[in-house]
Formats: sequence, structure tokens, C-alpha cells
Amino acid sequence: MSGPFDLVVIGGGPAGMAAAVQARQLGLSVALIDEQPAPGGQIYRGVDRAEAQGRAAALGADYCHGLSLTQAFRASGATEFFSHQVWQVEPDGRVFVTDGKASQLIEGRRVLVAVGAMERPVAIPGWTIPGVMTVGAAQILHKTIGILPDQGVWIAGSGPLMLYYAAEVVAAGGRVAGILDTASHANLSTFRSHATGALRGWRYLAKGMGYLARLRLAGIRHVKGVEAVEAVGDSQLEGVRWRVGGQWSEAIATGLLLHEGVIPNTHMTSALGCSHDWNEAQRCFQPRTDEFGATDVEAIFVAGDCGGIGGARVAACRGRLAALGVAAALGRIDTSERDRLAKPVRAEYGEHDAVRGLLDALFAPRAELLSPADDVIVCRCEGVSAGRIREAVSLGCRGPNQMKAFTRCGMGPCQGRMCGPTVTGVLADALGVPPAEVGRFRIRPPLKPLSLGELASLADIERAG
Amino acid sequence: MREADVIVIGGGLHGCSAALQLALRGRRVILLERRHIGRHSSGINAGGVRTLGRDLAELPLSLLGMALWQNIQELVGDDCGFVACGQIKVAESDQEMATLENRAGRLAQLGYDHEKLIGADELRRLVPSLSRHCVGAMLVASDGAADPYRTTHAFGARARAAGVEIEEGEAVIGLERQADHWIVVGDRGRYRAPLVVNAAGAWAGRLSAIAGDDFPLRTRASMMIVTERLPQFVTPVVGAVGRPLSFKQSASGTVLIGGGQQGRADLEQEQSWVNVVNLARSAQTATELFPQMRGVRIARSWCGIEAETPDRLPVLDFSPTVPGLIHVFGFSGHGFQLGPICGVAVADLATRGATQLPIRPFAATRFAEPALAAA
Amino acid sequence: MFQKLPETADAVLVHVEGRAIRVPAGATAAAAALIAGLVSTRTSPATNEPRAPYCMMGVCFECLLVIDDEPSQQGCMVTVRPGMRINQQHGARQP
Repeated sequence: MSGPFDLVVIGGGPAGMAAAVQARQLGLSVALIDEQPAPGGQIYRGVDRAEAQGRAAALGADYCHGLSLTQAFRASGATEFFSHQVWQVEPDGRVFVTDGKASQLIEGRRVLVAVGAMERPVAIPGWTIPGVMTVGAAQILHKTIGILPDQGVWIAGSGPLMLYYAAEVVAAGGRVAGILDTASHANLSTFRSHATGALRGWRYLAKGMGYLARLRLAGIRHVKGVEAVEAVGDSQLEGVRWRVGGQWSEAIATGLLLHEGVIPNTHMTSALGCSHDWNEAQRCFQPRTDEFGATDVEAIFVAGDCGGIGGARVAACRGRLAALGVAAALGRIDTSERDRLAKPVRAEYGEHDAVRGLLDALFAPRAELLSPADDVIVCRCEGVSAGRIREAVSLGCRGPNQMKAFTRCGMGPCQGRMCGPTVTGVLADALGVPPAEVGRFRIRPPLKPLSLGELASLADIERAG
Repeated sequence: MREADVIVIGGGLHGCSAALQLALRGRRVILLERRHIGRHSSGINAGGVRTLGRDLAELPLSLLGMALWQNIQELVGDDCGFVACGQIKVAESDQEMATLENRAGRLAQLGYDHEKLIGADELRRLVPSLSRHCVGAMLVASDGAADPYRTTHAFGARARAAGVEIEEGEAVIGLERQADHWIVVGDRGRYRAPLVVNAAGAWAGRLSAIAGDDFPLRTRASMMIVTERLPQFVTPVVGAVGRPLSFKQSASGTVLIGGGQQGRADLEQEQSWVNVVNLARSAQTATELFPQMRGVRIARSWCGIEAETPDRLPVLDFSPTVPGLIHVFGFSGHGFQLGPICGVAVADLATRGATQLPIRPFAATRFAEPALAAA
Repeated sequence: MFQKLPETADAVLVHVEGRAIRVPAGATAAAAALIAGLVSTRTSPATNEPRAPYCMMGVCFECLLVIDDEPSQQGCMVTVRPGMRINQQHGARQP
């Protein structure tokens, strides 16, 4: 058993690292746990390795910002638990981890869940065919080992990340076959209603324009107004089809990279029993928190994208605010000191968050993604289609948890991570009720598929302890 | 106000089974279920269809119940995933083997021959993957397992087809005896019937109290683990003499590990929580008996909420204090196999005021003073 | 699907389906499988379809591989080590 630490941080991305650094500055004892072998989370993944190999600069200024954060983290004196998977968190602050061989208990007076975001599952026809991946997956490969897609790869979806990646590929000397852009055309009214945000967040918008310019310069085909995308192939991807203005087109593809935004990873906060709210603008659930990231479970705080999508810079601000909130909750600083320290962080937060409303409006996910056609696979693990789910509804099934019993949807190794959002979407659509009313999967331990041996090893610890 | 001959409260297996049997005898039945059919322990238990190792008080009823399981397709139009794969209870030491031998002797005295003692060699042949330290077992070859949700759902569907009106999402918030009938007040509606059946599972104690009966019930929160899929490697359901275990491989290849390690339940919130330290003990038992399971990955775990009586036998009887009320609850973790036959017993009580089925040990009065219980 | 890589100084030798290849140190087993040109990492025990990594960050569980004889490993969470043997997982794991 390790601890008790004042603060146990789960997740070594920008939010987790910033929280750890801030908490250490206030004299708290801190442990940080991450399943990756090094800090950085997903957005700054492999940043110290890239730096050591001289590749970091080519990956952009944002990425390099991550480098300074990881360096600050490494120097902070936090106790590190890398390559450790969290498989259970109890509301009283006990965190159960495994290193792949045996279980261990890490105790915290407060626990900060900073596990970040995941790509919204893009349930289109053929999305389970080998050769279809997310843009995020390709980006991880690029960041960690520098590989690029070949020229037969198509990108499909919408959102800043997709354009950023495509521009990155071009900057690194690569090409893709084309981009199928499913974003609904930006219109004047969207800009107008988010004008203030657009102005304050002009740096983000300028960056976006920069990506588009780079792609245009490289002559990358950019199909706009795409209404539907399908992956074609049998045991392997062969091609991609898309529809614009009611007309279908098709092309050969050696790979298809999908992206329809990111959503908070709410697996852990759900298991903890934290209340979650439906964010209509982003069409996703997120945990309910106060301005310091405190949830309605006393010992549990949340920071970063897992609490609501805001990007890396916002995540770091939230991490710092959470550390301040924890320090005050533990009585290490009083609330006026907390608020004084929070002021500059909030200002920075405001700067980076200004453009969020506009981005959400520009890149809102299409309805079919949330409630796909009958023949589209919703649960990848168990092969359950949207049609099966609708059939279960007609047989009396009224919620995601009941759906497990009817169809096995959500009973596979991913524990409902990949199908949860779509199941809620299909049910909401079929029942004609809002997603918040439909609810979500009940999450139980282990949060990751622990082996029986790793679980059994806990019995030995408890006996010895 | 809706009228019926019988109102069954609780849409688990026992409620649906009773409702079905009543409808088959021509009674108008309304079944009220707070959530949905099979929501709680009926839908998520280990699915053991077991006569093996039962308390002697339950044995006669359980054995009679097997005939219903063997013809379940006829009864409900679904095979419920029932497989007569056999059940065994493994002895891990000579001492435990002696316990089994004692039981075998006792059963023989009473005229039962369904439980068979087997030695190490036959055990090895029957379950090749079992750890070599196991010395023998008790076997009932005709026992087996079924799919609990599918079974409960099938009973509910067959009950509906037989004319039972099932109201899901209908919680009972009031129960009032008036002259010769009950008024049952639900969330959404009101119902009247001369007879009420209390099949409310873990919440049966609360319902009894509203009606005026007090039973000493505790709440159990038994936990289960299900693993990733494996190729078929074990046929019978495996239990152990000396520690809680129920180890069973499903048709899809996943392995279900249960046996009674306890989590925590809150009746008010209708929620339960897994206790990972106790769950670790379950995992330890499973890996000690099946060593090659050590690397196998857990897909998920869960907890069921059930009622437990002081003697771990159910209550299946008329209310001792109030007319027109039949109790069927308190199965203390082993009610699944008894579901089909208890429905028949309840229907007997309801339609004829008595039953030939051996339910005397489940009398409602047995928790009262000794004098009353003996009467 | 991905361009061939120039070999780096710190390349690690692994065996993918019995074939020896060199991959950058820091690559995951799933990445190694893709670099080796494997189209799929496993066949699903539920549907018998071939599957390949989708998310590369531990969420989708499509990259389940047999690594050094240990089945059901999430390939995207395992960093390559010299001599690592990486194999597809066909159907349900063998215990």
C-alpha cells in the first residue's frame, strides 16, 4: 500500500501534470498514475522521446509547450507510477492499480481524475474493417515513431484535430489522398452569434486558417459538405464512398482515418457515481463539477478534457485550479489564498476557452452519428448493430443497462466505451426522450480488464496488511 | 381502478412464475414491477439449476422442480438456455471429503440417490482442468445451468401471453386491506384484488411491513465476475465444499465466477457496489482451483441484491396476520432453480388454499415464538 | 496504410507472426504489427471477423494480440522489447 498521499492524480496529460506541479508548489504530497510509460497523455504523447530524437520542433509549437510542462512535472517531486493501470477507484480515495503482474493500493486524501478525452466513436458502415482507424490513432503513430500515412489514405470527418493532422502530414513531407469534410458549412450567423469568442480566440482561428492554407498549397483534395461516408471492403479496407448533395462518389483507399471530435472519457467518473450532465452543444455527457473541479463525490476532483472538452491549454488551467481546490479542501491554504492564486489562472483559462463556443457550433456532430442506420455496427466487441438495438426497444427494452441483457451490447472487453455514446443516441432517438433521460451504462470494476491473477493478488495484500 | 383476481407484486422469476401458473388456471392476474422484468437478482444471478447440496428442508421441492426444468421449453416456449451439464461440489482435502461422505450417508438414509460421490480419478476425467490438489467431489449429473435473464424474461412473456397484465415501471407505494379485498396503490395507478402475492425479492420485507407482517430479513449483495471468452474447457458447474464458489462456462465461452462473496447494497437506492477485496477472494478461489485461469481477463463484475432469512430458507406461505396475502421470498441466494415449482405452489395456495408440494419448512410463522412455530 | 520508415539507430528487433523486423524503440506492439504489414491483429471471438487497431490508445480493444505467448494483450499499451514475439489472436484466447 502506498500513501496516503494528499493528492493522487490519475492521468499524466496536461491537466494531471499541471495539477501535480501546482499541488507540489503548495507543499502537498502527490502521486501521479498513468498507464503510459511516460508523461504527456495523448496530446503530448512521446514528447520527451521526440525531443531526445530531435523530432519535437517539427511537431509544432503546441507540442513543445507540452515539453516544458513535462519537464516541470519531472522536477516537481511527485511520486510517479507510470505503466500502471487504474482498475478501481473508491469514493473514499483508495485507488487500485496494476503493473501488469500484481495489484497495488495507492491511497489519497483527494483523487484527481484527469483521464482526458477519447475520440467520438464514428459509427459508419464498414468502420470495423481493418484499415479504418481514427485520426488520433494516426497522430499517435506520428508523434511516437514518426510514421506517416501513405498516399492512398483518406481522412474523413470534421473538427480542428482533423485539419491539424492533415496539415502536420503535409508539413512532414507526406500526402493523403484527400479529406472528406463532414462539417456543415460555416455560415455567417454562426460567426455572428459567436463573434466575441471568435475575436478573443483569433489565434486559434488563425491557426485553423493556416492549416487550410497549407493543405490548399499542397493540392490536397478537400471535399466539403460531405453528408455520409462509408468504408468499403471485406476482410480489409478497399475503398471509401461519400455523398455530397445527394450524389455518391467512390475512391480506392489503402486506409481511412476518421474523426468527429473528441468527447470526455467518463468511464471512471461514472464508476465513482459522480453526477453527469448532458452537454447539448458538444452532444456528450460530462461530470458535474464546481469551478475548482470538485464533483459531488467529496474526495473526487476532475480536471482536463474528461470534465468537458476544452483542449490542452484549458486542461492545464483546470489542473491548476483543481490543485488549488484540493489544497483548500485539505486546509493547506484558506479560501481567500485559493481565490487569489486562482485569479491569473482563470484569466488564462478565459483566453484559451474563448473560441470554444464557435468551435462547438462549427463542428457539431451529425445526427446520423448519434443514431446510425440499422445495418451499422454499434457495439464493435459483440457485433451488435443499430437495428438490433432498435429491435430490442420494440421488444420493451428501455435503457442501456437493460440493453446489455437483451443484446450483449456493452458486454465486451471495451466495457461499453466504444458503444456507450451511440447506444444512448439510438435509444434517445427511438424512445423520443432526451439523452439525459435515457441514461448511460452502469460501470463496475475492474475499469480495465484485469486478469484473475492480478485481482487475486489483492487478497494476499489484504491478508498481509 | 383496475380489478383482478390476484395482484402479484414483483417481476422477478418468482413473481412471473406465480403469475403464469395463476393465469394457466384461469385467474385474472395483474403483475406490478417497479423497474422491468428481471431487473434485479433474477436477471443477473449465476443461473445454477441445482439440487446438489441443498438444505434437506428444500430438497424435496427442489427435486420435484427439476421435472419442470427438463420440460421448460413446453412450459414457457423457450429453452431458457438450460443445459443439464451437471453440478459438482469439490473437496479440496480429506476432511472436506469426509464431509461429503457424511452427507452421502445421510441422504442414503433418507432414500435419496441423486447425489453421487466421485473420487479423484473420476473427478480428473470429468474436469481435466481442475487443480490436482482436489481429492473428490459430489456430483448430480442431471443438474445444470440456465440463462437467468432469458429465463425470467421467458416466464414474463409466457405470462403475458396467458393473459397476465404486466405493468413495468409501476412501484407499489401503498397496500390497504379493506373487508374482503386489497387496494394496491402504485406510482401510476390503483388496483383491487382479493389476493396479493408478495414476490418482491430483497424488498419483500418492506412490502410485508406495509401489510402488517414483520420478518427478520437481511440484505445480501452477492458478487459475480464474468471473464473474456475462452474455448469450451469445463462442462459441469463447479462449487467447493470449503469456500464460496460457483464456476461455470457459458455457451458463448465466458466463465462466470460467483459463489457468494459479498459486496454492499442499499435497498432504498436500489443500488449495489462491488467490494474489490472480497472480489479478490473470489478470484483467488477460482485461480487456485483452475490454475490456468490466472491470466484470463475479467470483462466485468457486478452485485445482486437479495433477501436472506435467518435459516436461509425461503418464506412460502400465507401471511400469519392478514388474510388474502401470500408470501414468496427470502431465497437467500439459491432461489433460481426453485422459481418454476414455487409458482405452482403459490398458485395452489391461491386457488385451493393449500398445496401438496412440500413447503412446510417455509412457514411464515417459524420466526415467531417457538410455541407458535411448532403449531 | 503507412509509409515505410527509414531505420533509426535505436531500432528494436521483434518477431511479428514469425517474421523478424526492426521497429523504432518506443513503438508499441500494435504499431509493430502495422509496420510489419499485418492487415488484422485478431479475429473477433464474437463475430469471427478480422479486426485491426482503431484507436491506438487503449479504448477500443481491437488490438488484442498474443505477445510472448501471453494472450489478450492490448498491443497499443505494450512497448516493444528486443526479441518480443507478436502474434495475431484468433478467436477466443487459449487458456
